[in-house]
Amino acid sequence: MARPVRVSLRVNGVKQTREVEPRLLLVHLLRDTLGLTGTHVGCDTSNCGACTVHLDGQAVKSCTVLAVQADGAEVTSIEGLGSEGDLHPMQEAFWEHHGLQCGYCTPGMIMAASDLIAKNPDPSEQEVREALAGNLCRCTGYHNIVKAVLSAAEATRRQGVSA
Amino acid sequence: MTAIEQPAEKWVGQAMRRKEDPRMITGRGRYVDDMVLSGMLYMAVIRSTEAHANITSIDTSAAKEYEGVHGVFTGEDLHDLASPMPMAWVPPGVEVKTPELWPLARGEVKYVGQAVAVVIGESKYGVVDAAEQVFVEYDPLPVVCDPEEALAEGSQLCHESLGTNQTHEWSIGGGDMDTAWAEADVVVERRIVNHRTAGSPIEPRVCIADYRAGQLTVHLTSQNPHLIRLFMSGELGIGEDSIRIIAPDVGGGFGVKIAHYPEEVIAAWASRKLSRPVKWTETRSEHMSSTIHGRDQIDYIKVGAKRDGTITGLECTAICDLGAYQTLLTPFIPSFTGFVISGCYKIPNLSFTAKGVITNKMATDATRGAGRPEATHMIEIMMDQVAAELGMDRLELRRKNFIPKEDFPAEVAIGIVYDSGDYHGSLDRLLEHVDLEAFRREQAELRNHPTHPIHRGIGFSTWMEICGLAPSRVVGPSGVGLQAGFYESSVVRVHASGSVTAYSGTAPHGQGLDTAFAQVVADRVGTTPDLVDVQHGDTGAGPFGLGTYGSRSLAVGGESLARSAIKVAEKAAKIAAHQLEAAPEDIELVNGKYSVKGSPDKGMTLAEVAGAAYVPENLPEGMEPGLEETTFYDPENFVFPFGAHACIVDVDAETGKIDVVRYVSVDDCGPAINPKLIEGQIHGGIVHALGQALYERIHYDENGQLVTGTFVDYALPSAADVPSFETDRTETPSPVNSLGVKGVGEAGTIAASPAVVNAVVDALRPVGVTFINMPLSTQAVWSAIQEAQGKPAPGDPGKQGGTWDEHGSGSAGSGPTSPSEGGGL
Repeated sequence: MARPVRVSLRVNGVKQTREVEPRLLLVHLLRDTLGLTGTHVGCDTSNCGACTVHLDGQAVKSCTVLAVQADGAEVTSIEGLGSEGDLHPMQEAFWEHHGLQCGYCTPGMIMAASDLIAKNPDPSEQEVREALAGNLCRCTGYHNIVKAVLSAAEATRRQGVSA
Repeated sequence: MTAIEQPAEKWVGQAMRRKEDPRMITGRGRYVDDMVLSGMLYMAVIRSTEAHANITSIDTSAAKEYEGVHGVFTGEDLHDLASPMPMAWVPPGVEVKTPELWPLARGEVKYVGQAVAVVIGESKYGVVDAAEQVFVEYDPLPVVCDPEEALAEGSQLCHESLGTNQTHEWSIGGGDMDTAWAEADVVVERRIVNHRTAGSPIEPRVCIADYRAGQLTVHLTSQNPHLIRLFMSGELGIGEDSIRIIAPDVGGGFGVKIAHYPEEVIAAWASRKLSRPVKWTETRSEHMSSTIHGRDQIDYIKVGAKRDGTITGLECTAICDLGAYQTLLTPFIPSFTGFVISGCYKIPNLSFTAKGVITNKMATDATRGAGRPEATHMIEIMMDQVAAELGMDRLELRRKNFIPKEDFPAEVAIGIVYDSGDYHGSLDRLLEHVDLEAFRREQAELRNHPTHPIHRGIGFSTWMEICGLAPSRVVGPSGVGLQAGFYESSVVRVHASGSVTAYSGTAPHGQGLDTAFAQVVADRVGTTPDLVDVQHGDTGAGPFGLGTYGSRSLAVGGESLARSAIKVAEKAAKIAAHQLEAAPEDIELVNGKYSVKGSPDKGMTLAEVAGAAYVPENLPEGMEPGLEETTFYDPENFVFPFGAHACIVDVDAETGKIDVVRYVSVDDCGPAINPKLIEGQIHGGIVHALGQALYERIHYDENGQLVTGTFVDYALPSAADVPSFETDRTETPSPVNSLGVKGVGEAGTIAASPAVVNAVVDALRPVGVTFINMPLSTQAVWSAIQEAQGKPAPGDPGKQGGTWDEHGSGSAGSGPTSPSEGGGL
């Protein structure tokens, strides 16, 4: 086993420093070392996107990022996006529009979708579909996910106007 | 107490948000892979790289020396297991040849991915490293891949000891086929391939086995925890009383989590051996090679019709590629195709024969729809083919042969009685959404465009299915031959404070049944759904149950809960009557109160009644304290959902690329408990079938090597590959249960694939394509066009064992990941 490497990063606002194997994946740092199990693993080949988190404000697939690459970074996982009683508009919209069934792809889907509307506050249906093409869902047929994302974008725009 | 037997429904029918969601949208779901036990070890599995071979040696010495490794085990080590993996179908009068499958291979391997050895150790990454130090030597044997060649005289054998590659032959029929052909003016025959697919829930399979001093607890990604407990009890020689199986949040199943798998047995065995909890998490590649596959039938179908469109008979012989071993329900799945071989139609003469074939592949078993998508697919393809042969409108042909509404309950020629239906009604409703005349004008304009012609087509599927598994006397040992009952258990427990725990023997894994069940129970006991907690999937928490599959959970599990809830309400009414000094028959449940008829002010809430029941100072003479009831409900019949779907596609004749531009569905699963949940099931079901029709295919090469072993090669549809859907419903109650409900979990998948294929053929008829098999990859469609125009093209896309290029199983061009690799990643 290679010599452990020190990694310091901020996860959901909390500063964390760990000695890790150089090959440790970010998703395993989050799940196994920090106990943040909301980020899931579904495919091992970066196709399904269940492991999507925000790394310095960008959506990334955390199964394709080494923990050491996140040294010095700010990571937001689903647990840091919003919480019960203080839901992010995207979480609220997934609930309202039945955008999840088994819930396994949901954290990654929500992280990818919230990244989209941060960059493109008024996406078309086609833009939503293409932005989510790297996140697979087997349950919903995507219909209600797309509906939820469009609705969250609208809610966010409205909030922006009123604020 | 009529008022309580038929309570006013306040919550049932509402499109409520799900109770399950708050934890899942915040990352607080509880999936098996999220769990860690102290002292837990990890397991990695060494799998066969050969499709068929004798194992000449396994060298585990290096792996055993690896840091943190507690054990390396092979098939020999597990010699003390009492029985091989179960297969549960013993049909009376039919012999099913069933090769023994042990959790770890014993001297020979029969498919790529078969478990050969395991490494168990302290580090998740370390066991994978150590597994690479296990050296297995194989002596390869001839491989049998093509199921039709496997049946031919003199074929190589997968299992020498069986002396054949055919497992069984099972038939169902009615009427007389000679009469069918004698009365027919046209007879149309086709070879319809329903290729192999992977269920592919996004959550892979996971188990954590923890054996402590005679007690075994297994957390498992299962649709079927109670049966798994029964099987493991036998295999490991541990009493059912001492085993607890828990399926917490399960990340989708689609049928593949019904079966009992080797890894959970090995983990439990190893936990006992090593006195440590053992966790195994499947990789996606393991899922593709070693979790059951679905479909894989070649259907030789023949349909006769009179000139006026009256169908005189339908005959089908299905060659069913079952793979190398049989898992829990493997050989039974094709029989389900036979149960619905009459479709929505009055067909006097029917004959269906399934021939099971062993090949050097992973087993097939139940995948969303399980035999019924295969039936709808071939029947609905044939309706279009026969209409074309007769020169008749496709929908007129369907209407002419539909079982009319007034015939229900309707017995079809194979002897099954459909509970209720209105097939004309659903097609009429569909055509209210789809203006066919306008479509034909648009189609002609697009086709005749001078510079950019587009081939647009419309396809239909008028479908029905059989679900709500199942009346035990029909499906059980002396009936169809499954070695189980198919009732469902429930407990409704009102706590002293009036809130409710509802326990179901089903094992939902995404369907939203916590919400739907709470709605059903709330109305019946007189409370609100937020005060009803629904529990399931834990063998330690309630009575024996049969799990979630076959669209059974609402029609059987929900009805069971409804009955327990009514029993609770009846007891509550007696308590209220006693306390209010009224006659029990004068108590009605109105607006959440057990009140005296005519005096709505005089009444008790459920909480007040529960208080009286648990502090039993003033109960009717002889009544036991407490407020809790149990039901084991065994249905009288199956239920039979139905509907009509239309799909519109654009086909690029230059490249073969297909775009689904519009999809409209009308489905009928009886009265809605929660319309939101129904829509969600239909959307997901349709996309599952679109995936099979257009992209997905499990592909083995001629050496039995799995070519589609990851999501890079096996193409699930993404959001960019499918449209939004227009869904509508009709509501025809089932007379089978008091809720009137039918299942909906598999409906979309059972319905959709022929609508897509018929649409593509409709688009391409002008260029000469009159028939095509799935999957409709760009390569397959382009080849069909070339062939229709007399140009040389590669072979039959449905044929097994060809080259990769021949099949283009969804990678380049047709792959769903092509439009974008995801949100700015």
